[in-house]
Amino acid sequence: MNNILAIKNLSKHFDDFTAVKNVDFAVEEGGFFSILGSSGSGKTTLLRIIAGFQQESAGDVLIRGQSMKGIPPEKRPVNIVFQNLALFPMMNVRENVSFGLKRQKLNNADIKSKVNEMLERVGLNGFDNKKVTDLSGGQRQRVAIARSLVMNPSILLLDEPLGALDRKLREHMKVELKLLQKEIGTTFVYITHDQSEALVMSDKVAVMHEGEFEQIDTPHNLYKNPQTAFVAGFVGDTNRFQLQSKEGGVIMTKGGWKLSSCNLDITPEALFIRPEALIINPAANVAGIDQFEVTIKTILFDGSNTKLSTLVHGSREELLISLPQNAQFEGIVEGNTLNVGVHRDDVKCF
Amino acid sequence: MEIKKGFNVTFYLLIIPVLIWLITLIVIPHGELFISSFLVEDDLGEMVFSLGNYIEFFSHQIYWMTFVKTAIYAIGVTVLAFIVTFPIAFYLTKVASRKNASFLMLLLLVPLWVGELVTVYGWMVLLGDHGIINHFLIGVGIIDEPINMLYTNFSMVIGLLYMSMLFMVLPVMSALESMDDSLIEAACDLGASKWVIFTRIVIPYAMPGIVSGAIIVFMLVIGDYLAPNLLGGKNSLWFTEQIYNEFLSTFNWNEGAAFGFLLLILSSSIIWVALKLSGQKLEKVGS
Repeated sequence: MNNILAIKNLSKHFDDFTAVKNVDFAVEEGGFFSILGSSGSGKTTLLRIIAGFQQESAGDVLIRGQSMKGIPPEKRPVNIVFQNLALFPMMNVRENVSFGLKRQKLNNADIKSKVNEMLERVGLNGFDNKKVTDLSGGQRQRVAIARSLVMNPSILLLDEPLGALDRKLREHMKVELKLLQKEIGTTFVYITHDQSEALVMSDKVAVMHEGEFEQIDTPHNLYKNPQTAFVAGFVGDTNRFQLQSKEGGVIMTKGGWKLSSCNLDITPEALFIRPEALIINPAANVAGIDQFEVTIKTILFDGSNTKLSTLVHGSREELLISLPQNAQFEGIVEGNTLNVGVHRDDVKCF
Repeated sequence: MEIKKGFNVTFYLLIIPVLIWLITLIVIPHGELFISSFLVEDDLGEMVFSLGNYIEFFSHQIYWMTFVKTAIYAIGVTVLAFIVTFPIAFYLTKVASRKNASFLMLLLLVPLWVGELVTVYGWMVLLGDHGIINHFLIGVGIIDEPINMLYTNFSMVIGLLYMSMLFMVLPVMSALESMDDSLIEAACDLGASKWVIFTRIVIPYAMPGIVSGAIIVFMLVIGDYLAPNLLGGKNSLWFTEQIYNEFLSTFNWNEGAAFGFLLLILSSSIIWVALKLSGQKLEKVGS
């Protein structure tokens, strides 16, 4: 596969701190690449460097193998969808979408047909003369994406474009964006702090923390096989325990919970178990499973996301366990004691 | 019901000063002027209703030439005020750091503190034949004879511009302040040149501020007396001077009242045309 974008040892220093530290990655042509990080992780700075709005302190940005050093934003084959969309409020939908094409001095007929095609693609045909201020959040979103995509960029950069939408619409736009990307085949580089957005849409996700990439992987691997403690704690819900000691094959958490299963040889500091990795009432004598008893403190009902907050017997550790909403576990109430198991491979130690 | 009644009383108490202000200072004097502009002294020394004051205006070239010149120059000064202050407003809101911006803002306000008369005299000291600028130019040897700058249209325009500039800066700044910087970046990202960004994005965005600034500047300039009189000298031919002359030199108050009304009609209709041309609404500009 061709790498359309390559970032080489990129760093960005501001006066007193470093926003991006020695980041190195490549994005395949036609891929959907997400950079996931909390606010202040440096992801927006990284995106702005790729777009050309900020200068790198060290390293290089290569697009189709060509260095972007000294090339201003308007000359780069990338376009950006801003966090707040930055639609031009004094223009209608058509004027917004055709703004970039007009700057290229194309003839009017070409512009018209390109804009029509793009409005059609994002489902906004017939909205030409609407003022952008009269549109709904989702429609404004589509105008912003159409305005950038109509430029036919090599790479489309998206800076948390779904951030301002309400939850329902966000879920919808997530699917729509992924389908749109598949359909047109443009490479997307997507910045977000919302792990669900990153996991649902991307082919590859980079987790960024304090200016560095912790892990670059497929969403599945990121979730199943986190490589660092930060990724394990940041991506998805998880139970985290501080470790006290490791003797023989048995490890003990600070709260006094003993487990025999851990997947590493080193002496770890922290241990992570996902709520859904815990098996309620496991069959006896299954290989590789640690079994223990817990008492249910509260049931945190949240539909398909319902969890049990429990106390592990013989320790002070609290453990969140996913509770599938099916008939099998209908009778579970607060105060019950449950037998719970966890597979050795699902206990992640770092 | 009780609350609503109480609210009404408070409402009327609050509106009374405004009403007194409007009625005693605006409605009554204007009504008075309006009536007296239609009164002419007949042969017997009695006041009679007549259009004579207005006919007088149109039958003397000097009057309506002054009228037209005042209008053209006031529009010109307004345009100049925009050209001069827009970069300043842009710099203060979008480029300068917050600390620098507030200091520079203070500098902009200083002329307002000392009053128009003092700044006008300041310009006289600068622009006069024996003023600082001529003194300097002769001193360095660029010119041999002083350039005649004072008591010309040039010095008048400078004075008018200087005293009205600030009223353009402030509304434009407040319009630009609400503009998101990412609009500029988005335009840049889409391949727009600096010129296109300014003319297609920044200026249209600031348009309500520009128009409201322009209305204030235009009104101030067209009704100004000091700068045209002191800096423009005898040939300035500013319409306010004609009004002044009717009231205080020839004591023809009725003619003066007619001139006053003509000026009001002139300025109002120019603003109306400007609003129509720029596609702005007065309510929007005023807010």
